[in-house]
Parts: sequence; structure tokens; C-alpha cells
Amino acid sequence: MTDFGQLNYDMAHLLEGVALLFSFVLLYQRRVEAVINTYTAQAVTVAAACFWQSHVQHSLDLFATGVVTLAVKAIGFPIALHRIAGQLHPHRETNFGVFPSLGLGLFLTCLALLVVMPIPAGAALTRETLAMSLSVLLLGLAIMTTRSSALSQTIGFLSVENGLALAAIGVPGMPIVVELSVAFLVLIAFIIFGIFFFRIREQFESLELHHLDRITEAPE
Amino acid sequence: MISPWLPVLIPLLAACVLGFIPSHRIAAAVNLAASALTFLIALGLRPHDTGLWLAPDRLGIHFTWLTSFIALCAAWMSGPYIAVEIQAERLTPARARLYHALFQAFVAFLLIGLLADNTGLTWIAIEAATLSSVVVVGITGTPKAVEASWRFFIICGVGIALALFGTIVLYLAASQPLGEGFPAMSWRRMATSAAQCNALILNLAFVFLLLGYGTKAALSPLHTWMPGAHAEGPTPVSAVLSGSLLNVAICVILRTRKILAANPGVIAPNNILLALGLLSVLLASISLWRRSDTKRFFAFSTIEQSGLAVFAFGIGAPLAGLLHLTLHTMAKASLYQCLGHAAQRKGGQSFADIQGLIASDRPLGLSLAASIIAVAALPPFGLIVSLFMILSATAATQPWLALPLLIGIATAAAALIHRLQTLCLGPATPNQIGKLAPLNLVPILTPLLLTIIIGLIMPAPVAAWFRDLAAEVSP
Repeated sequence: MTDFGQLNYDMAHLLEGVALLFSFVLLYQRRVEAVINTYTAQAVTVAAACFWQSHVQHSLDLFATGVVTLAVKAIGFPIALHRIAGQLHPHRETNFGVFPSLGLGLFLTCLALLVVMPIPAGAALTRETLAMSLSVLLLGLAIMTTRSSALSQTIGFLSVENGLALAAIGVPGMPIVVELSVAFLVLIAFIIFGIFFFRIREQFESLELHHLDRITEAPE
Repeated sequence: MISPWLPVLIPLLAACVLGFIPSHRIAAAVNLAASALTFLIALGLRPHDTGLWLAPDRLGIHFTWLTSFIALCAAWMSGPYIAVEIQAERLTPARARLYHALFQAFVAFLLIGLLADNTGLTWIAIEAATLSSVVVVGITGTPKAVEASWRFFIICGVGIALALFGTIVLYLAASQPLGEGFPAMSWRRMATSAAQCNALILNLAFVFLLLGYGTKAALSPLHTWMPGAHAEGPTPVSAVLSGSLLNVAICVILRTRKILAANPGVIAPNNILLALGLLSVLLASISLWRRSDTKRFFAFSTIEQSGLAVFAFGIGAPLAGLLHLTLHTMAKASLYQCLGHAAQRKGGQSFADIQGLIASDRPLGLSLAASIIAVAALPPFGLIVSLFMILSATAATQPWLALPLLIGIATAAAALIHRLQTLCLGPATPNQIGKLAPLNLVPILTPLLLTIIIGLIMPAPVAAWFRDLAAEVSP
């Protein structure tokens, strides 16, 4: 397709890099409102990457995916998340702290690079894309595991999905079905998440997941 | 020849119809009829390799038969089970309606996952099956049920995400020899041209697919969603979950393994399967001794058996693994049905609640005892055969692994027999409702009988079918 130093290549990787940067911000940010805004920015970046790839690959399918991404992930989800956050009055939550979080993020990014970079460049034109999207995915998983509130974990999950979207659009010629259904299924997943929020709130008066630990059965 | 779309469309259509039937008695009858029709039509499926989306191979057809049969048994059980739940006001009529609709949707997605010859479609089907089962698990709306389905959803959500990444990477690997577009997403086409794929990309794809679908297959250490989901969900669904969702995931892992095995440059997938399988057997067999809830207890037993089957595939005994999966699915379906009926009669599902079942309800108690014996792989049930095959294959190829495996199996069997004594024998705890109608023993005893016929007697056509199946699965 393209090589380093060409606009197609540089632009695509710039957008992927920006998305990865937002993942780092998500990892250490503590205020819930800011976390939602960062997620929105990441979703917009993914949509932009989608439009860029549709331009490069001359693919109408990818353009449609971009529109769906923009409408659902960059506009729909954030509105709902802000509404949930407003209803719950969540406090600042604790996580690892800025430096340990960034260290963890750096470690995971290096891991992704080490895993993907041995692939010869000729064999896979998209190996850098793969490395970036794997980093975003791993950072999303890290957000899910280091956060205690269900709302932040949800945003971690959505950020994992952003990483997947980056991978799917970066692989040339991948049939549309997957992207569209991903967008669609995440929508369903999100609705279910929403139902959960309300049920959990009714019953535990808090989104903190450690209230849910009662499920672990006590030994006899 | 029957189109593979037919057995998929019936449950999908039934799910839509069941969403609008307010009476739970009529809904149960429609559910049963739809399941029976799906099973009968699925019996007419034959392997063929044309078709962009659904192109069943032997593996897919085998598990379609099994899944639709187990779904039929579970649908039969659902009628009386849901009626009691509504009477006891644990379930509102509206939620019962949702239950019936989701039951059929769940089955439909499982069948799509088995019959699909497209990695993307397989992923979508398993994702959709997970979503519908998450809702079913939380359907009673009690705090514990919501907790269980939340955990189920979070863990499986992560698994699904990893599996999708694996799917994308697998497409990337396959698109080099096969070109861009649909051929590079076909399981069948990939298996034939895997040798030309880049080995490093294939490795990456395998790791993610194994982690992702391994979560669904409840392989240790990714099994933690399963006990809660089994304990809190309606019991007929536990019966289907215990066998079928797991089988679909293992099918996908087997297909991936076949692709990898065709490429000489990749990591050996068998060793990883071996390690994960053994770990599951050992962890689950120890966990069995610490459980006080019956459904949770048998969920751990499922993890152990699933691990055993995966171990068999790893050791290079696919025939034993497939036979074990098949027989275990049937035995577990019987067991969960007995357990569900027993828990309703005793008004609780802990070991303290259910005691001396033979004294209070003789046919149900005896059936439960028989199905526990079947799951523990003791004669006269067929699992002893597959277990013996796995052990002898282990002794022949990796003798030093036979010891830990044997310890795990013996520990689990001892736990099962120990619990059999308290559940079925001795003085009875009081019954809250009447005895089980004899007609409801049919879906319990039929699978048990089948484990004897398939495993012990093994008529020539059955043996030939399993041999073909093993040949298709192995690289």
C-alpha cells in the first residue's frame, strides 16, 4: 500500500497514535466527567481514522463505518454516559496514581510492540496499525482491571472496542459485516450495560464493584 | 438435502413469536414444538462445502445434533419448571415470556456459530448467544442473579473482545495467500492454505482466539464466570449452558488448531491445550470439595470435564475428546434437570436443603443418582469408555502426565460420590410441593440411555461417524 514518509501512511499512524495517547489519559484520569470526555475524543479520532482509510482504500463500506462510529460512539454513548454520571453523583475514584499508571501503560505498549514488530514488514503492511491497536486494546483492559467503579470499567470496555475498530479498519479489504455488526452489537451491549446500571443502583446504591463480591461463595 | 439455514431460522422465528405469547403454558408448548422441529430438521443436515455464510462440516453437524437435542430436553423441562417458578412468584409472567423468547434465540445463535463457515459470522453468533444468555441468567432480578450475570458479562465481554482481535489478525494472516475478501474468512479455505500464511501472525491470532474462546469454554483460569451463571440462572438454561455454549467454543478452538497445525512454522497448539486442560482438571477437582451450593458444585464438575476433553485434544486423541464432550453434555443435561426439579421440591439448592431425595421422591432420586454416576464416569454409563481412551492415550504418549491427570479425575469422582450420598441417600428433608410427574422423566432418562448406547454399545454406524469426525478434526 504505502511506506513510511508517504502521506497515507503517516496520516493513518498519526491518528492511531493520537488514539493511543487518549488511552494513556484514560488510564490515569480520575474525574469521571473528564474520563467520559477523553473517551469521546478517542472515539472521534477513531472515526477520523475510519474516514481516512475510506479515502485511502476508496471504500464506501469504511465510510459507512465511520459514520456509525461518529454517531454512536462519539455522540450517542457520551450523552448517555454523562446522564448516568449526573444521576449517580460519582466521586473521584482512586486508581494507581499518575506515575504507576503511566508506567503500566508504557509497559503494555512496549509489550504490544515486541509482539508485533518481529512480523516482517513485507508480509504485513499493517503491522504498525496492529501494534497501535493492540496497545489501545491492552490499555483498555488495564483500565478495566485497575478501576473500581462500574462506570469507569464500562469506559475501559468501550476503549477496548476502539482498539478493535482501529485494527479492523487498518486491515485492508476486511468485509464490512464485521465492522457494522461490531458497532451494532456494542450498541446492544451498551443497552444491557445500561440496564445493569439501573438495577445495580437500585439494589446496591453504589456502582462500586466490590459490593458485588458477595457472589464469591464462602467456603463451608 | 436440507439447507443449513432451516434449523437456524426455526428457533429465530420461534423467538419472535414467543415474545408475543402472554400465557406461559402456551409458550412452553410452542417452545417445545419449535425445539422438536429444529431437532428433527437438523437430523437431515449433511456436510457440504458450498455456501458463503453457512457451510456445515461434520464437526458442525455433530454438535448441531447434540445442541438441538439438549435444547429439546431443556425445553421439555422448561414447561413444568417455569410453571412452578411462577406459582412460587420467583418469576413474573412477563419475565417468563422473555425467558421463552431468549431460550430460542440463544439456541439459534449457538446453531449459527456451529454451522458458520465464516470467522466473522462465528464471532457474531457467539457474541449474540452470550448476550442472550447474560439476560437469561439475570432474569429473576434478585441481587444475586444480577451479580452473577454482571460478572458473566464483564468476563465474557473481555473474552469476546479478545476473540474479535484474534479474528481480525487471523483474517490478516489468511489474506496473504487467499486474497482480500470473503475467502480469507472461511474456516475451510484457511485450513487448506495455512501453510502459506505468515507464522508469526498466525501465532498472534491463535493466542487471542484461544484466550477469547477459552473464556467461553470455561478453561482455567478463565472459568470464573461459570459457577455463578449456573447457580443463579434458571436450571433448564444451566443444562444448555453447561454443554452447548462450551461445545461451540471448543469447536472454534479445534478449527483454529487445525489451521495452525497445517503450518510448520508456528508454536505447537497442542502443548498449550494440554497445559490448559490439565490445569482445569486439577483446579476444578480441588474446588469441588469446597462447594456448598449444588448447582455451583456441578458447574465446577463441568469445568473439569471440559478441561479433560481439551486435554484429550492436546494429547492427540481427538476421538476420545469428541466422545467425551458428547457423552458429558448428555449426562450433564440429565443431571441439571434432576437438580432443578429437586431444588424446586425442596425449596432451596444448597446441599443442606436437598437431602435423601430417594426417600421423598423415588424416581427423581434414582435418576439423579444415575446421572451423578454417569458424570463421575463410572459404569454402566458411556463416559468410562472415553475416559479410558484418554488415559490410555496419555499413558502411551506422555506417561508422566498420566499421574496428575489420574489424581485430578479420582479427586473429582470421589467428590461426586460423596455428594451423591448426601443428595440421594439417608433421611429426607421435607418436600414443599408434590412429586414429579412421570412424563417429565422422559427428557432425563433419554440422554442417559443414549450415553449407554453411544459409549458402551457403540453400534457400527456410530463408531464410523466418530472416526470420520476425528479424522476431520485432526490436521
